[in-house]
Amino acid sequence: MTLECKNVWEHISEYLDQQLEPKLLADIEKHLENCEVCSAILDSTRNILVLTADNRTFELPVGYSERLHARLEKAIRESAKPNNDSA
Amino acid sequence: MPATVEREKELIARIIAGETDLFHELIRPYERMVYLSILTMLRNTQEAEDAAQEVMINAFRHLKSFRGDAKFSTWLVTIAMNEGRQRLRKAKAAQFESLDEGKEDRQGDFTPAVLTDWREIPSEALEKKEMRQKLREAVEQLPPIYREVLVLRDLEELNQEETASALGINITLVKVRLHRARMMLQKILAPYLRAVAPAKKGFFGRMFQ
Repeated sequence: MTLECKNVWEHISEYLDQQLEPKLLADIEKHLENCEVCSAILDSTRNILVLTADNRTFELPVGYSERLHARLEKAIRESAKPNNDSA
Repeated sequence: MPATVEREKELIARIIAGETDLFHELIRPYERMVYLSILTMLRNTQEAEDAAQEVMINAFRHLKSFRGDAKFSTWLVTIAMNEGRQRLRKAKAAQFESLDEGKEDRQGDFTPAVLTDWREIPSEALEKKEMRQKLREAVEQLPPIYREVLVLRDLEELNQEETASALGINITLVKVRLHRARMMLQKILAPYLRAVAPAKKGFFGRMFQ
């Protein structure tokens, strides 16, 4: 069965997540071999995902961890006080 | 890398038993995840940082209620998502955002950008700072219901079950929203990518296998 481009686009996510049934996967791969447009869409989407997962894309503020643990430390100390409500 | 499940269980038990200092160690692998999941909701670094701190403190205070039937990371993300949503509501941003919520799962046709002279992003473009900036903006532009799923799945790399559990939605919805989120990103970024990535005629090899 030949797939139309539109059918391929519907399954790009599942393709990237490797969740396709073997039959559909084979059909899609066959389509991709012959369709530059779909190949390009697939590649660009994949690349966007690689970039999304790249730690440099979404960075933590400088000193974030230190401030977090300092505040936590304070909360932990407070919880250890005798009159807390966890009795 | 997150500690093993066994190590986490042990840590949690010991913290509850009174070795509270171990909480620092317990949450260390998840600092980034908590901050980023909130940041992408609130879009404000200052507030996201404050919210992330609150989340960790709340997690500490309520650690006893962690049942262990979910993963600790999922439990933590659930708290983070709730904190983010709560702040959004407070900021009245929710008023604006709810417009997007209304669209929910309307069967729209999210088609990718199809450009006849489309070329994939060459690796040099991926290395560009502007590219990352553009992607951050694109993620922030996504309607919240799609953004949430994308952040948990593709940024934090939680699996479908964990994402579903953290957001309180079913797996089918996770898949549908993730697909749409990705297609929206592709669509938003395509014209820009075309601009930063000079066409390489005939080059269609896959970059990442």
